[in-house]
Amino acid sequence: MGGISILKEREKQIYQKGTQPFDMSCEKKSLAGSISQRACVFCGSRVVLYPIADALHLIHGPIGCASYTWDIRGALSSGPQLHRMSFSTDLQEQDIIFGGEKKLYNALVTLIDKYSPNAAFIYATCIVGIIGDDIDSVCRRVSKEKGIPVLPVHSEGFKGTKKDGYKAACDAMAKLVGTGPTEGISPLSLNIMGEFNIAGEAWTIREYYERMGLEVVSVFTGDGRVDNIKRSHGAALNVVQCSGSMMHLAETMNEKYGIPYKRVSYFGLEDMSKALYDVAEHFEGSPEVMEKAQVLVREEINAIYPTLKRYKEKLRGKKAAIYVGGAFKAFSMIKALKSLGMDVVLAGSQTGNSDDYKLLRNMCDDGTVIVDDANPLELSKYSIEKGVELFIGGVKERPIAYKLGIGFCDHNHERKLSLAGYSGMLNFAREVYSSVTSPVWQFAPARKSS
Amino acid sequence: MKIQGKTEYKATSNACKLCSPLGASLVFRGIENCVPLLHGSQGCSTYIRRYLISHFNEPVDIASSNFTEETAVFGGAANLKLAMDNIIEQYHPDLIGVATTCLSETIGDDVPLILRDYIRDNRNGDNTAIVPVSTPSYSGTHIDGFHGAVRATVDAIAEKKNRAGMNINIFPGMMSPADHRHLKEILSDFGVGYHMLPDYSQTLDGPMWSEYQKIQEGGTPIKQIASMGDASASIEIGRILSETKSAGKLLAERFEVPCHNLGLPIGIKETDAFFDAVSTITGKPMPEKYSEERGRLVDAYVDGHKYVFEARAVLYGEEDLVVGLASFLSEIGVIPVLCASGGKSGHLKGKLCQVVDEFDAKGIEVLDGVDLVEIGDVAKEISPDFFIGSSKGYKIAREMSKPLIRIGFPIHDRMGGARIVHIGYRGAQQLFDIISNTILAARQDASPVGYAYM
Ligand code: SF4
Ligand code: SF4
Repeated sequence: MGGISILKEREKQIYQKGTQPFDMSCEKKSLAGSISQRACVFCGSRVVLYPIADALHLIHGPIGCASYTWDIRGALSSGPQLHRMSFSTDLQEQDIIFGGEKKLYNALVTLIDKYSPNAAFIYATCIVGIIGDDIDSVCRRVSKEKGIPVLPVHSEGFKGTKKDGYKAACDAMAKLVGTGPTEGISPLSLNIMGEFNIAGEAWTIREYYERMGLEVVSVFTGDGRVDNIKRSHGAALNVVQCSGSMMHLAETMNEKYGIPYKRVSYFGLEDMSKALYDVAEHFEGSPEVMEKAQVLVREEINAIYPTLKRYKEKLRGKKAAIYVGGAFKAFSMIKALKSLGMDVVLAGSQTGNSDDYKLLRNMCDDGTVIVDDANPLELSKYSIEKGVELFIGGVKERPIAYKLGIGFCDHNHERKLSLAGYSGMLNFAREVYSSVTSPVWQFAPARKSS
Repeated sequence: MKIQGKTEYKATSNACKLCSPLGASLVFRGIENCVPLLHGSQGCSTYIRRYLISHFNEPVDIASSNFTEETAVFGGAANLKLAMDNIIEQYHPDLIGVATTCLSETIGDDVPLILRDYIRDNRNGDNTAIVPVSTPSYSGTHIDGFHGAVRATVDAIAEKKNRAGMNINIFPGMMSPADHRHLKEILSDFGVGYHMLPDYSQTLDGPMWSEYQKIQEGGTPIKQIASMGDASASIEIGRILSETKSAGKLLAERFEVPCHNLGLPIGIKETDAFFDAVSTITGKPMPEKYSEERGRLVDAYVDGHKYVFEARAVLYGEEDLVVGLASFLSEIGVIPVLCASGGKSGHLKGKLCQVVDEFDAKGIEVLDGVDLVEIGDVAKEISPDFFIGSSKGYKIAREMSKPLIRIGFPIHDRMGGARIVHIGYRGAQQLFDIISNTILAARQDASPVGYAYM
């Protein structure tokens, strides 16, 4: 593949295991002109807060930022659907010149009157950071007038990366935490954090914990409700998935309320079971929790194992690439793919840090290429070089994979398929199987020529 | 019920429009070996890419100059130049289309000046053509970005060198790749040379690759854009567009290339006008193939006329699309009871009056500058038989249990948005069949008997 060259400045963010000393450069701003797969600070905030279904989400800025994020996530709600609307102040030229505060105020008041949300999140986009609107004071004023929390989210797109957006979202939620009553919360209780209820995943996980005799106080933020977040400081434990997005809030709650946290992943049989056991261990004073966890794990695995085995026979030895937002997800995915007999030959993330990449390196076989904040050229180059047969990523990676005759599995928050828990693992295996073994590839020119 | 124009300080809920750089990016993806570059923060490029990919199912690379906090304070010149360097090094494009975003516009970056500097400092060793276009989203929608990019490209590249031969410039506007393909087919069948800008018939609806393509093959060659000043005429599509400072007007003013402004050729009347214009320019009659297509279409109109007669439709989308659709629906007997757009040129109603017979008698509601919540509110009072527009109307259609016929852009919840033919007799044929069948299906499903004959 002499044809695809890598930019000099990007070389330090690409590593091939076994060939070089490991010195991965990461957590950098994306290089100008390199077509990064990342989004922006606002995107980070929006994805985290989006599933809170009884809150108003108003995007303060010109129209695009709101248009492109309308109903974009597959985060389900069992009740209100307000989160699936797209609200924007749709700033116009005169607002840019004279400031958008008045418009923000009016838009906010009108929307609150119309939809009666239990809280409102106001997202500042790039422009707002430049024209200098004081959104904090508008929020305070409206909050006072309307009697609901109105929380500014400082997510100006250029002020960092997606990770800073996660933090801004956590800061906004931290203002809600601790403002509700905690009476009646069981000592055997927890908050599920970093689980967004894509295709009902949070419901699956919640049900597991409930079968273990644990009370779930609040889910951050899948099928989220403002009142649950307010009383979430009454929980005995925070269980944090997808470390990137919610760790900041877990740490804040640890400092402020002394709530310990555990990091888990619900993806793949191994990590899913470990999550339940780790949580059960935390409640060691109540040994029945562990007993129930053991029964649960046994039952669930027994139920899916025979089918899983059938898929494994078909998938053994196939080569996979993983490119996801957070590195933590990549770890689980590598394990899950290995459990299906597949080899991971390319792995990377948009936002991993150096510890993540060290761990990733240790998990991977020799020859595996590891990339940080990659672009389409790099992903294509290594997919071709490594003979990838399955690519796991988001919508932006899908067409590249397909054009090159590579199977694809969507593991992003836009998907409509539950991949968490035991049932999710079965879905995942089926999804991988259906893409990798489809008969359509017989017509793919890239496969024929290789 | 009159909510024409909205109060100034209102939120937009479920917008019926997108932002300008999206339109510009589409145009640049329709130029051969071109990379679009958005001058602003990373998010805008990524979101626009994702939005386009979900519709076209094709890779859409759009670069970003990737603003940081310092850039936002001190200006984006250094970032823009670095982005140019990196794109040239990696992609070796023939052209880089630089569209601004709200951010770079607001901080007041003078992009043409920065790019002149760039060329003067000779950083552009490859002699890549560079086209800057100003696309602030706080004044205009994606369609303004689209036409702006076409005009900026022509402005920067077209020349007059008195080349011989008959050529037509064609500015098709925002259509599907299949529409672009159909237009080219028609012009080829006329046996006339043409330069079509943009042309994403291949770049955004291409075959699989046998090897990796950095920039998908296809698109308008730059050479063709350069020779637009020598064309015998321009055809520019869009009745609303005709009211603006368009690329066709620029060529008319600068190089005296006569410009024919036409409506979107949807349905028989507007397609006839298109063929007439090409015939006038070339002096050739409509090729046999198309008179046959037209004949079959008229025949089908007659076969199905009763099923669609006085059906009530709500249509929404870009203003020019709405005008084209309204013209088509009216000629088959469907009443476009609500014509709505997120755009606000001020010309929508006037243009609709030109294409819809007995406009006033039909009690047609026209709304511009509206969002999909407002469209839904009015639609609920009107209770139409079907909706026709992008997939973003699904929420309303679902709430009202009415069918939605998906056309235009975006179509995010169905296959094949890029392959829909809207234009020409062929497009009208397909639309007519879909509309008739949608109405028949609704009737059949609602019937207690459910006949297996019509
Ligand atoms: S800032 Fe402007 S250009 Fe960027 S996404 Fe928002 S509306 Fe579009
Ligand atoms: S304008 Fe800023 S906040 Fe909005 S999408 Fe672009 S980068 Fe993100």
